Amino acid sequence: MLGKLTWAAVPFDQPIPMIASGVVALAILATLGWVVIKGHLPYLWREWITSVDHKRIGVMYTLLAMVMLLRGFSDAIMMRAQQSLALHGQGFLPPEHYDQVFSAHGTIMIFFVAMPFMIGLMNFVVPLQLGVRDVAFPTLNSVGFWLTATGALLVNISLVVGEFARTGWLPYPPLSELAYSPGVGVDYYLWSLEISGVGTLVAGINLVTTVLKIRTRGMSYLRMPMFCWTTLATNLLIVAAFPILTATLAMLLLDRYLGFHFFTNEAGGNVMMFMNLIWAWGHPEVYILVLPAFGIFSEVISTFSGKPLFGYRSMVAATMAICILSFMVWLHHFFTMGAGADVNAIFGIATMIIAVPTGVKVFNWLFTMYGGRVRFQTPLLWSIGFMVTFIIGGMTGVLMAVPPVAFVLHNSLFLVAHFHNVIIGGVLFGAFAGYTYWFPKAFGFKLHEGFGKAAFWCWLVGFYVAFMPLYVLGLLGMTRRMQHYDVPEWRPWLVVAACGAALIMCGIAFQIVQLVVSIRQREQLRDETGDPWDGRSLEWATTSPPPAFNFAFLPEVSGEDAFWQFKKRAAEQSGSEEKPEYRAIEIPRNSPTGFVCAFFATVMGFALIWHIWWMVAVGAIGAFATFVVFAWRDHDEDTIPADEVARIDRRHRAQSHAILSREAAE
Amino acid sequence: MSTIALTDTHYGSAGRDWSGPALKRIVTGYGFWIFILSDMIMFSAFFATYAVLLGQTAGGPSGRELFDLKNVAIETGFLLASSFTCGLASIAADTRSTIWFQSAMAVTCALGLGFLAIEGNEFASLVARGAGPTRSAFLSAFFTLVGCHGLHVSAGTLWLLTMMAQVFTKGFRPDIQRRILCFALFWHALDIIWIAVFTVVYLLGSAQ
Repeated sequence: MLGKLTWAAVPFDQPIPMIASGVVALAILATLGWVVIKGHLPYLWREWITSVDHKRIGVMYTLLAMVMLLRGFSDAIMMRAQQSLALHGQGFLPPEHYDQVFSAHGTIMIFFVAMPFMIGLMNFVVPLQLGVRDVAFPTLNSVGFWLTATGALLVNISLVVGEFARTGWLPYPPLSELAYSPGVGVDYYLWSLEISGVGTLVAGINLVTTVLKIRTRGMSYLRMPMFCWTTLATNLLIVAAFPILTATLAMLLLDRYLGFHFFTNEAGGNVMMFMNLIWAWGHPEVYILVLPAFGIFSEVISTFSGKPLFGYRSMVAATMAICILSFMVWLHHFFTMGAGADVNAIFGIATMIIAVPTGVKVFNWLFTMYGGRVRFQTPLLWSIGFMVTFIIGGMTGVLMAVPPVAFVLHNSLFLVAHFHNVIIGGVLFGAFAGYTYWFPKAFGFKLHEGFGKAAFWCWLVGFYVAFMPLYVLGLLGMTRRMQHYDVPEWRPWLVVAACGAALIMCGIAFQIVQLVVSIRQREQLRDETGDPWDGRSLEWATTSPPPAFNFAFLPEVSGEDAFWQFKKRAAEQSGSEEKPEYRAIEIPRNSPTGFVCAFFATVMGFALIWHIWWMVAVGAIGAFATFVVFAWRDHDEDTIPADEVARIDRRHRAQSHAILSREAAE
Repeated sequence: MSTIALTDTHYGSAGRDWSGPALKRIVTGYGFWIFILSDMIMFSAFFATYAVLLGQTAGGPSGRELFDLKNVAIETGFLLASSFTCGLASIAADTRSTIWFQSAMAVTCALGLGFLAIEGNEFASLVARGAGPTRSAFLSAFFTLVGCHGLHVSAGTLWLLTMMAQVFTKGFRPDIQRRILCFALFWHALDIIWIAVFTVVYLLGSAQ
């Protein structure tokens, strides 16, 4: 009836997962209870859960990422604490638990923090920057988000019911094969990534089509803001790389469920084929994460320097070069495979070449700041912190691109330090810069500046204290993923690293405080103009938060930095108020399709993990039925009447006018 | 801002100066093409795997001993003919001829099911001869690649029946026309993939 699922699956005897999941369950119940008692449930259902508005979906993606960041970070704290205790001993985490912790940490941070954070920001910002009303496929967008949430949910269910993978964030066979990992941990990993992978692919298709086909009049390719370019490159990479992940994980699933021999030791299976396939996705994935961050830094640095982006066209070329080159370096993740000196040399050189366009970008950012009126506000601080940190991470990367060096450092903590150096310094700092920068656009008020700066400094210093020791430890010969060790020289460095993690925890605490304080002081922090940072691209041309239709009239663009040009022209010919004729606007109608579909996907995923075959059928039929119901609906658009459009737009115009003239008077 | 040029949506295609968001039909078709490209990349991962594992028979039977090319030729005939009738259905949808659309789709469905029946028969006989997917890495790769295509055809058949029901109940609405366009793209793309399967799996595999 319930497949492999019994009461034994719940780890009643292990206090850490029980307490952790108890706290999580309590938090979820408390939030749900509060929502129900306060009567917010209908609002939540109507305006958020069923929303197909790209802005709402973007906010939900980002929220998911921030919640999962807390989960991933608690794993990190446990690992740092374990390693600083476990000299000559067992520490407080037994090996089978420690292995789950580092596997969950990597999986969550990449797939359920970095990915949704970036996809959320792209979803929110790109249609606004392109001057249009929505993405290409609004309902599909909602489906994509909820499937990602399904993946995150399954990973968290594994905390209470069963176990998570002990095989690292990439489940290398033969360890991940049934013979060596007989539990459900690897199955949790595989199904949650298969399901959320579909969500990511859908988001990728949607955003590629949006950038290529849905832009406002006059927004030719070379007038798009840099963030739109990096979004295009990122989503092209998603479309080209994620199917490889889906196929590879499907092969491992077939090995585990039906006894196939793709990656087994016996019957002709080929373990190294898994490494090749997974990294053919995995290396582009690195750039899927970091390219949107590059776009965010480009926007932030240009805005806060009061200058157009230096070398815009070289930036576009560099982005597209990275997009292509990222598919040509995957083998540097396993130089030790033994492909031979020639193959290793080619991939080593290709890896060094990919550093060139990245270098072009860094110089462009520096030259954008040079001679500008630089305002050192939080988004810019994250960007400067990024440039310093990312260059160090990039250089250690180029170092490891030398195959003989890679042989020495392979799987050591030097590698761990390197990729945290680029992912925290690049992706996460970018996500935080974008979060602070676009928050007022999403909610109509700025985030508290003081707490933002405090969070930034804690994160920056905490990062260096936590990860520079790992470079040293790698050179001292410490390998990654050690539950305990017997080398006393390592310990001081591990204790320092744990202190760094504590500093980062302060940074996260400041971010939470910042959010709470900002919501309480939202009246003082209110953004009346829709343009709080003196921005340059079209998202600042509408109100904060933007109306459901984004723009009453689609703006017509005649050059780069479209909004900056509007503002210049407005200053020149002030007073020439036009009397626009408002028209009704049709927006896509909200639909529970995404949520219901994800519900059935969760049922199906859970049933597959536990071999509950009737429930798999229920999930599959339910998901298909959901789509049929969606396909049979007769009205797919709601109309906002012209009066309403006029009212919203006139108020915005009046407000920006009042503020412009006040500024002019000063 | 007061001087934002006040133009509403101007639909049109990409000229030298971009003239605004594209038509819904174009956007839908374009997005679906991108999906098909991603699907082909997924297949290419299975093709690459098949190529790597082709010789890994683990002492079991090889392609030369297993593949019956006459059978595969009939299978191919079914699928190619279904592509032709699917094209007829598209033309019928363009001219809004319900009777022609439904009959062309019905024939397409029958041909698709015929293809699946032959494939299922081939799989069953292989398993019965002890050459199932668990026998060797080569057979794992074979069953996965060909089976993945078969799974796509099955999903396509389900979609086909859904489209027939939609046209029956709702007629040729614009959104249904767009879905018919996507379905046709999907069905023809499966043909293209089958050509590759026929060449790489069966023809090259028989030489092994």
